[in-house]
Amino acid sequence: MSMFSYLKSLSLLELLKGLRVTGEHLFKPKFTVQYPDEKTPLSSRFRGHHALRRYSNGEERCIACKLCEAVCPALAITIEAEPREDGSRRTILYDIDMYKCIFCGFCEEACPVDAIVETRRFEYHGENRGDLIMSKEKLLAIGDELESQIAVDRAKEAQYR
Amino acid sequence: MLLSFASLAVGLFLLLAALLITLIQLPDKILILGLIVTVPVLLLMVAYLTYAERKIIGYIQIRIGPNRVGPRGGLQPIADAIKLMFKEIILPRTSNRFLFISAPILAMAPALAAWAVVPFAKDWVFSDINAGLLYILAMTSIGVYGVIIAGWASNSKYAFLGALRSAAQIVAYEIAMGFALVGVLMASGSLNLSAIVEAQAGKFGFFSWFWLPLFPLFVIYFISGVAETNRAPFDVAEGESEIVAGFHVEYSGMLFAVFFLAEYLNMILISALTAIMFMGGWLSPFVGTPIEVWFSWVPGVVWFFGKTAFFLFLLLWFRATFPRYRYDQIMRLGWKVFIPITIVWLLVVGVFILAELPPWFSIEGGI
Repeated sequence: MSMFSYLKSLSLLELLKGLRVTGEHLFKPKFTVQYPDEKTPLSSRFRGHHALRRYSNGEERCIACKLCEAVCPALAITIEAEPREDGSRRTILYDIDMYKCIFCGFCEEACPVDAIVETRRFEYHGENRGDLIMSKEKLLAIGDELESQIAVDRAKEAQYR
Repeated sequence: MLLSFASLAVGLFLLLAALLITLIQLPDKILILGLIVTVPVLLLMVAYLTYAERKIIGYIQIRIGPNRVGPRGGLQPIADAIKLMFKEIILPRTSNRFLFISAPILAMAPALAAWAVVPFAKDWVFSDINAGLLYILAMTSIGVYGVIIAGWASNSKYAFLGALRSAAQIVAYEIAMGFALVGVLMASGSLNLSAIVEAQAGKFGFFSWFWLPLFPLFVIYFISGVAETNRAPFDVAEGESEIVAGFHVEYSGMLFAVFFLAEYLNMILISALTAIMFMGGWLSPFVGTPIEVWFSWVPGVVWFFGKTAFFLFLLLWFRATFPRYRYDQIMRLGWKVFIPITIVWLLVVGVFILAELPPWFSIEGGI
């Protein structure tokens, strides 16, 4: 160790510099967001809980093309399809297993009719075993509940698609 | 379970009995009253030191720290204390039960006993003995037995490693600390803590205190104090990321809380001692300056606790700033840096005294 660096370490200069950095932080405004009293803003691309959408006349969008089922990397989606009485092709079973889902958003990207979407909802829970296997009815209900927000978010992102 | 409670009860009973016997033997009623006031005040200070620590370190890390229990989290230490009291005390099957339970008591008792000679203000001291400095050194050294015995009695490898580290570290830093205190002893000419404070009184206020002529010793004493109390950056004895929690891995509930209390009591003690030895204890920093009269109404005990609080803040600041020392570097710092520097500075202090360097060492004393 050279004489100079020896004296430098004896002067505790480096330590004082470190103390200055932390000392400055002491007076900085704090980052903490006090969830759930405060919440951070969410992006319009936020990938939360899934929902199935309807057209404005109340007709469900999903046409049972099964592209989402095919693209799902976690194999979380299960679809059974049959012709309805009016002859149109519809799902009779549309299950998303939220225990398996990894929220990658591929189902939403694959969907040709914007039927399956991921919403901003991320605070949900199940109270019984199997509660988080979402059926078609549950997904449609969530879609109905959040449609206004979903529509705004899709419109905002439309220019990038 | 039952056995653990029984042994705890016996331990507590013995402690209470010892306390009672001491109380009866004490001749002075005021002394008893002082004890009854001081011990709870100290424990309350410990409680709120933990709160201050969490808040200050939180602020330094740009967080806001505990804020849920009571206004601004002010009741958090009370909640923590209640939680610890209701937790189960687990005695490991392979541990030595007697030593396991007595270790926290051994750590705590000297930390409290050392306060007997600490002068809070002029004549505010429990026992004004002339060997105060030696008594302090003895008490702070006995504290390490609690740590070593805890590590040994736990019969756990991490606890044992922590105890070994702590023993080696405290032995190393005890020497530097002792030498730093020899400097104070030379400068003040007394081992009595009150006399040491009185020796720092002078007409230059802040600048007549010993921190200036003994500056290297002051720095070394405080850093050694950090090492003595096993605080970051010298917390290798606990080293939560290396040896889980060191000597107190196996402890839970109130036994753990007693270790915690002892550590924080030692922190307060080291800060108070630094204030007494180098920062003029209860003396006002404005003596001899034009604004002296503005502060003449402030009681000495306020200055004393203010200085103590300043050093406590430094301890927390260090913890938030410095990463933990590597073990061999701690040993190098203690043996190869601090001890030589203190010895050299003792010679320098000797020269100062022979030269009667004003204002600290002039022969009239206290000029």
